[in-house]
Amino acid sequence: MSRSKHLILWLLPLFLLGCSGEASNQWHGHNITGVMPDLEFELTDHTGQPVTAEDYRGKVTMMFFGYTSCQHVCPVALSKLAAATRKLGDQADKVEILFVAVDPKRDKKVLDDYVTEFTPDLVGLTGTQKQLKAVAKRYRVAFSYEEPREDGFYIVNHSGAVFVFGPQGKVRLLIDEQSRTANITEDLRRLIEQSSG
Amino acid sequence: MTLPTLLEQTVAFLVPYEFSPTVLLVCAAAALLYQRGWSRAGGGIGQAVMFWIGLVGMYVVLQTQFDYYGQHSFFMHRLQHLVLHHVAPFLIAVSAPAAILGAGLPEPIHRYVVAPLRRNWLLRRLYAAIQEPLVAGAIFVGLIYFWLIPSVHFYAMLNVPLYNTMNWGMAIDGLLFWWMIFNLRAPGASDMRHYGYRLLVLFLVMFPQIALGAYIALSDHDLFGIYAACGRILPITPLTDQAIGGLLTWVPAAMMSVVGGLVLVHRWNRRSRHVQKPVSPHPWLCEVRSCRDPNI
Repeated sequence: MSRSKHLILWLLPLFLLGCSGEASNQWHGHNITGVMPDLEFELTDHTGQPVTAEDYRGKVTMMFFGYTSCQHVCPVALSKLAAATRKLGDQADKVEILFVAVDPKRDKKVLDDYVTEFTPDLVGLTGTQKQLKAVAKRYRVAFSYEEPREDGFYIVNHSGAVFVFGPQGKVRLLIDEQSRTANITEDLRRLIEQSSG
Repeated sequence: MTLPTLLEQTVAFLVPYEFSPTVLLVCAAAALLYQRGWSRAGGGIGQAVMFWIGLVGMYVVLQTQFDYYGQHSFFMHRLQHLVLHHVAPFLIAVSAPAAILGAGLPEPIHRYVVAPLRRNWLLRRLYAAIQEPLVAGAIFVGLIYFWLIPSVHFYAMLNVPLYNTMNWGMAIDGLLFWWMIFNLRAPGASDMRHYGYRLLVLFLVMFPQIALGAYIALSDHDLFGIYAACGRILPITPLTDQAIGGLLTWVPAAMMSVVGGLVLVHRWNRRSRHVQKPVSPHPWLCEVRSCRDPNI
């Protein structure tokens, strides 16, 4: 009897995993509903205004960590997010892209110009090291600065994930770098439909 | 580097990345009990050194910036688990601290908390079941495999309670497994038979670890995308990170079985010589003495 009990105890987690796996199959991104904390931060936006997560309630938000001097990863990722949002058509204004720039030394001066190049839906966010580290820790991501080259340029290591939150700030999806634009659009549309229904 | 910056960096390293009062409390309680028991009952110096290295090792990988690196680099994560599941519990268990910890326990806690727990029928049955060598070996290997299933690993690195469950699970299972290897004494069962049985289990757990470690180390694609998603902090490529992590799961983890086996063979030998020598006209006297010797 105790043998079969043991077996059930061991199989239970696998069974539960199987269930959650099925549920997440509806999404192209990873379903992380309930896995991470709600959207919360205290930062400064690209216009220099202090903002909190409350300011973006009511919209589906996509949060991405990067830096303005980033030459490849960030522009590609941000263009992809902007394109995915544009494809939503008249629902595009229900989505906000939050670009958390983690290199305040260089980002602060140029953030305003940088974000307007992409899309009106993009919000650039930065802050003090303490504020940025708090947000990074909350979403279990890391950023670090490499040694400067001779010309003073330095690389910033940062995360590649996009965290997607529902209109109430509840965490919903994690989208990785390889995601296709059309799939992101589809996920966003489903999130908007769910929240309006 | 000047002394003040070195000090500053050391202090910065020692600050917990994610402070856990539970880890602090458990480690402090163990340290206090051991210290108290040591001053009352005494013990071997080698024994104490191993216990302290094990305890401090567990604390350091959980409650310093080491944990930050463990969350953002696969090989540092494997190193963290190597300490939590293999090295630190090995040292603690091989130091046979039960008598010293017991001597450090305040009498009321022993009488009203520990003794009833030890008498509890259900707990005894459960403990006996999971300390059955083959079962303990299966759990030991099973846990390593379970947390390295890529989808499980993904959620464990994102979700704080799950992450803590993983680390606590590794530490507790490590203690149970190595405790079974070095301290198992089933009532009524012959120790001699158990030495061989335990050696067999040590031998058996090596192969699945080697297979898993080799699979990860030699894999030509990134198995654990979560580290790219959450940002790597060490300037190495994803595949190098993964290869070192795989090697850590493969070589030192399996080596611990070899070291454990050597300790067991040594104790087995000593014990056999001891038993063969008719030192007393009453054989049970010899038995009583050997049971009290923590090194046997």
